[in-house]
Amino acid sequence: MTTLTDPPKESFRLSQLIYDTRYRSLTIQVVAMFLLVLALSWLVSNTIQNLAALGKDFDFGFLTNVAGYDINQRLIEYDSTSTHGRAALVGILNTLLVAFLGCILATVIGVIAGVLRLSKNWIIARLMTVYVEGFRNVPLLLWIIVIFAVMTESTPSPRDFREGGSASMMLFDSIAVSNRGVYVPAPIWAEGSAIVVAVFLLSLVGIFLFRRFARARQEATGQILPVGWVALGLFFGPALIAFFLMGRPISLEYPELGGFNFTGGIQLRNSLIALWLALSLYTGAFIAENVRGGILAVSKGQTEAAFALGLRPNRTMSLVILPQALRVIIPPLISQYLNLTKNSSLAIAVGYMDVRSTLGGITINQTGRELEGMLLLGLFYLITSLVISGVMNIYNNSVKLKER
Amino acid sequence: MKKSVFLGALTVAGLAAGVAGAATLDDVKARGALNCGVTTGLVGFAAPDANGNWDGFDVGVCRAVAAAVLGDPMAVNFVPTTGQTRFTALASGEIDLLARNTTWTFSRDVDLKFEFVGINYYDGQGFMVPKSLGVSSAKELDGATVCIQTGTTTELNLADFFRVNNISYEPVPIETNAEAQQQYLAGACDVYTTDASGLAATRASFENPGDHVVLPEIISKEPLGPLVRHGDPEWGDIARWTLNALIAAEELGITSANIEELSAGTNNPEINRILGTEGELGAMLGLDAEWAKRAIMAGGNYGELFEKTIGENTPIGLARGLNAQWTDGGLLYTPPFR
Ligand SMILES: N[C@@H](CCC(=O)N[C@@H](CS)C(=O)NCC(=O)O)C(=O)O
Repeated sequence: MTTLTDPPKESFRLSQLIYDTRYRSLTIQVVAMFLLVLALSWLVSNTIQNLAALGKDFDFGFLTNVAGYDINQRLIEYDSTSTHGRAALVGILNTLLVAFLGCILATVIGVIAGVLRLSKNWIIARLMTVYVEGFRNVPLLLWIIVIFAVMTESTPSPRDFREGGSASMMLFDSIAVSNRGVYVPAPIWAEGSAIVVAVFLLSLVGIFLFRRFARARQEATGQILPVGWVALGLFFGPALIAFFLMGRPISLEYPELGGFNFTGGIQLRNSLIALWLALSLYTGAFIAENVRGGILAVSKGQTEAAFALGLRPNRTMSLVILPQALRVIIPPLISQYLNLTKNSSLAIAVGYMDVRSTLGGITINQTGRELEGMLLLGLFYLITSLVISGVMNIYNNSVKLKER
Repeated sequence: MKKSVFLGALTVAGLAAGVAGAATLDDVKARGALNCGVTTGLVGFAAPDANGNWDGFDVGVCRAVAAAVLGDPMAVNFVPTTGQTRFTALASGEIDLLARNTTWTFSRDVDLKFEFVGINYYDGQGFMVPKSLGVSSAKELDGATVCIQTGTTTELNLADFFRVNNISYEPVPIETNAEAQQQYLAGACDVYTTDASGLAATRASFENPGDHVVLPEIISKEPLGPLVRHGDPEWGDIARWTLNALIAAEELGITSANIEELSAGTNNPEINRILGTEGELGAMLGLDAEWAKRAIMAGGNYGELFEKTIGENTPIGLARGLNAQWTDGGLLYTPPFR
């Protein structure tokens, strides 16, 4: 015989939606969803209404119209008779270029500064603190403008390089630092240079394979191979041999003063350099903090244990501390890369023609397609960010703790 | 049921959105001030003086419209705009009137949906170089680095000019005139190009204006004028006829000095109509009878405004040239007030 009775059958009351914890969260979600949809639909209808009031339509056809303006830094063929779409592409490549260069330099700076900030050397540690705090706490735009201004105001103009002028080129007349940018020699690829490049690429692959081999061997036997020296040798050796065997097919074209400017060589414009340096120094300061935090997160016992095993400080850092610290460092590093990429849109401050300046600036201004242009711009940054974090996540997975 | 609530909300939202951007005149009156887009600073055309009061030739247009509509030439909020931000500012309703050395072009009028209300300065694009370069013609500029303001007709004309003449150049895009000036003086570019009037104004602010020359070539037509948004023709009319009143006043000899005297009544019916002692012109615009009188009193007639801000006795020193009255061989010719 059972003593349990059925619980009294509850009838559902409306107030339960708010007061009953079983339903409350559902209610809140439904209401929030409703408000969200309402807000979105208001935005959309507002936009449509206002576009109609202005007599504008929504059309991406402008991308195929002639742009009519020139762009100084072009990684692909472009002139003023190209289309707005092509101008956007030129801008996109410029954005990617500065973002790529920036991420690399920022990482180098960040790792060095982060490690040095933990240095036992008082002066070095303090200097790094000054660097980190100085760059983290002053707006990026100011740094971009300051670096650009210093570069234009403190360097000679091409005119000064003329006969009898006050400036001269550096490194056997191969590099000119002027207030329009830095001119460096450009490689000229003659017949046979493809082979040299191929040999060089193959030796890169060789270095990679050798490192894997050395690591596997070290893990298996504990023997350490001189990876650094071998890599250095592989990096230069085969390529140099191929270079001379092929009869020196790659030569350099030196910048030369001609007319108003230097001609020949490669011009690294001040706008690119200033933007690149500012982005790298600024983001590097944040990365330094991530690195420092990552290293501090590895318990001191690990260092002591490594020392007790007789590992030298350098090896301790590279074999014990950094691999563990990386797990802490990588995730915030991804956001720093994303920040850097998006911050590169400040480029227009120094006249760097990134996608914000071409598509999001001149094109919008000449065609009046603000909405379309901004949507495309947003889409570009979104995709770029997703790709960067996707790639970085793959890397993160490869360094993260493998549970066995 | 859910659907109809949703649709209802949509219509309400739509209605709310639709109300904005109706009659600009009412908005300006309700606000008590005219939002006028000007340059970020170009001495002679629009720049704040030592006391922070905006002054200049374009500013004069803003003040005249404010005087006509609100009765107070000082009731203007000046919104500094760059070549790139000006059109968005106007289209979005942030400003009611744009008076910023803006060239009247087909695409701005038709495609960008703006309404140019007239031309207050007939200009053309020129080049300025340091004398020391020894350049005497723009055709000698092959390979030069050229500073240009982005978002302007300037960069389009420049591209065309160099392409047609088959010479190369390196453009340095810059956002404002002040930055361009700094870059040019630092030698980061060999040449500065913009509207000839802008060049004159920029050069006037140099320490040694004599070290720089403006090359003889004028490579484009740049009719500069104030503009408003499409879609509010009444507001456009007010701006247009305020500008016309300034021009007509010069033609008819109405000056700040004699305007009080003339508004007692003259035997020239057009003067009487402008000054509101005859006819109903003000009422037709939705304004009072003395609208044009106040506009003229704000900064004087067109000629007075010109002489005070950019004329030959100012550091900028522009001659009237094309901007003289048609009766003096210029292009200023306002339709009759009748
Ligand atoms: N008229 C041309 C150029 C206008 C322009 O940008 N002018 C310059 C110099 S004449 C200017 O007003 N600059 C002031 C500023 O930088 O705010 C246009 O409408 O596109």
